[in-house]
Amino acid sequence: MRVRLLDIAHARSGDKGDTANVGIIALRPEWYAILERHLTRDRVAHHFSGIIEGGVDRYELPNLRALNFLLHGALDGGGTLSLKTDAQGKVFSTALLRMELDVPDAEARAAQLPTNAKARAAEIAPPGQKS
Amino acid sequence: MSRTVRVAGGQGFWGDWPEAPRRQVEGGPVDYLMLDYLAEVTMSILQKQKERDPAMGYARDFVGAMESVLLAVAERGVKVIANAGGVNPEACAAAVQAMAASNGRDGALRIGVVTGDNLLPRIDELLAAGHELRNMDTGEPLSVVRDRVIAANAYLGSTPIVEALAKGANVVITGRSTDTALTMAPLRHEFGWGANEWDKLAAGIIAGHIIECGAQSSGGNCLHDWRNIPHLADVGYPIIEGLADGTFVVTKHPGTGGRVSVPTVTEQLVYEMGDPHAYITPDVVADFTSIQLEDAGADRVRVFGIRGAPATDKLKVSIAYKSGFKAVGSLVYAWPDALEKAQVADRVLRERLDRLGLKFEKVLGEFVGASATHGPLAGNAGANAPEVQYRIGVRDADRRKVERFTREIVPLVLNGPPSVTGFAGGRPKVEEIVAYWPALVDKTVVQTRVEVR
Repeated sequence: MRVRLLDIAHARSGDKGDTANVGIIALRPEWYAILERHLTRDRVAHHFSGIIEGGVDRYELPNLRALNFLLHGALDGGGTLSLKTDAQGKVFSTALLRMELDVPDAEARAAQLPTNAKARAAEIAPPGQKS
Repeated sequence: MSRTVRVAGGQGFWGDWPEAPRRQVEGGPVDYLMLDYLAEVTMSILQKQKERDPAMGYARDFVGAMESVLLAVAERGVKVIANAGGVNPEACAAAVQAMAASNGRDGALRIGVVTGDNLLPRIDELLAAGHELRNMDTGEPLSVVRDRVIAANAYLGSTPIVEALAKGANVVITGRSTDTALTMAPLRHEFGWGANEWDKLAAGIIAGHIIECGAQSSGGNCLHDWRNIPHLADVGYPIIEGLADGTFVVTKHPGTGGRVSVPTVTEQLVYEMGDPHAYITPDVVADFTSIQLEDAGADRVRVFGIRGAPATDKLKVSIAYKSGFKAVGSLVYAWPDALEKAQVADRVLRERLDRLGLKFEKVLGEFVGASATHGPLAGNAGANAPEVQYRIGVRDADRRKVERFTREIVPLVLNGPPSVTGFAGGRPKVEEIVAYWPALVDKTVVQTRVEVR
């Protein structure tokens, strides 16, 4: 089954020099395992190929159900040098959330991954949450 | 019941919401107000201002912020900690004292001034003594850009702030201290944490990381469930309720907008993160993989389990140097075929630059509304856009070439592809680039000074 990252995770990104970081956080604790298994460093590097000039590092934070990716050479020099609209890498987060993962059907069913946008809406605003 | 110390975040950068400091001291009980003003490039801007006027060189917004919280500091014992001093903490302190006096509050403020971070006058001495100040990213020695350096500041930790508080300061003004130390120092002072209680110091640093970007941990810029985050117009800024054992709760004043939840705090925790196992500060190396978060009721998140490791023997130095010039301009193309017209404009402009024999270190054209932020990942979404902004920038060491470029944009309105508008700004300004050079220096060469006046 193909699942869009936006439907199972949220994210925030920032900069450190010419490197953008994207912290990606599972929307449900049990979906962290899906991210850890399928959102590999190589797949993220492929997703951003032609967009970033350097390599990709991945760090795991199971305590926060999060992965942290460092995208090197992403910001046209970064900071004040950069000519880019997104000179500080603020929206690399949502660029990563466009990615789709191939998850084996059995694994997707076991983790109850959402199959459509409606399912996603229910997941991010669980009943009882203050609004 | 063990004692709680409340540290409120009131500014996440120079330019943050002017209402926030006052709202933090009036919305409920707080012990400390923490205001972070310094981004990496800020010091070089302040250095330029000080060169023009020796009484300048600090974040002037801080004087207004202090005025807005003066009553709480003078009468209710709220203490303020800020890195607003920039490259001139003494002048900043004098301006704040003058503001207090003009409000009839002479003598109400005991201002602790932390200095010693400014290494600009010492660079040649340091280089001569064998400190190469190599760029942490590229490995190059500072000598490569030495003649273009305009600011150099070591990031100081919590110790001088703790010293100022111990000497009775109710306002502490620093130059370049780490953002996180501004929050950790009052916790360390209040609870008497030792300089080698690594887990507690790391907890204080992580508390600082959570509130150093203002509302970014209390519902601002939060992607998770963003539509349902309540009343951002009235957003509450974050507050740390710290305990002596290093655990703490993140919250905000009751009745304010925004949200403090495990997702909002997690998004801030991963912001600007490098290697989560080693978040290096002057005081401690914090381990972000040890952080445990727990929902502790409405707009309350409990944080515990944090581990730290001994600090290194280095301080990070933020060096600013002149690195050429840039200019960015834009035009807006309307439907039909907005993207295609903008792409033609890009080709026309580049051909004209070529014919002029102008070569630049970098030319970047972007199509806002089609691909500027997500590049090819955005697919064909821009093909039928109602309008597309063509944004073009150049960068070069030669100012004259950049100047010449700025004259090539607006003519396209009459001599390029059709349906174009949005040129009201005219020619873009040429900006001198002040670039950032991160380096390390031995802690032993930096002497901090604390004066309470």
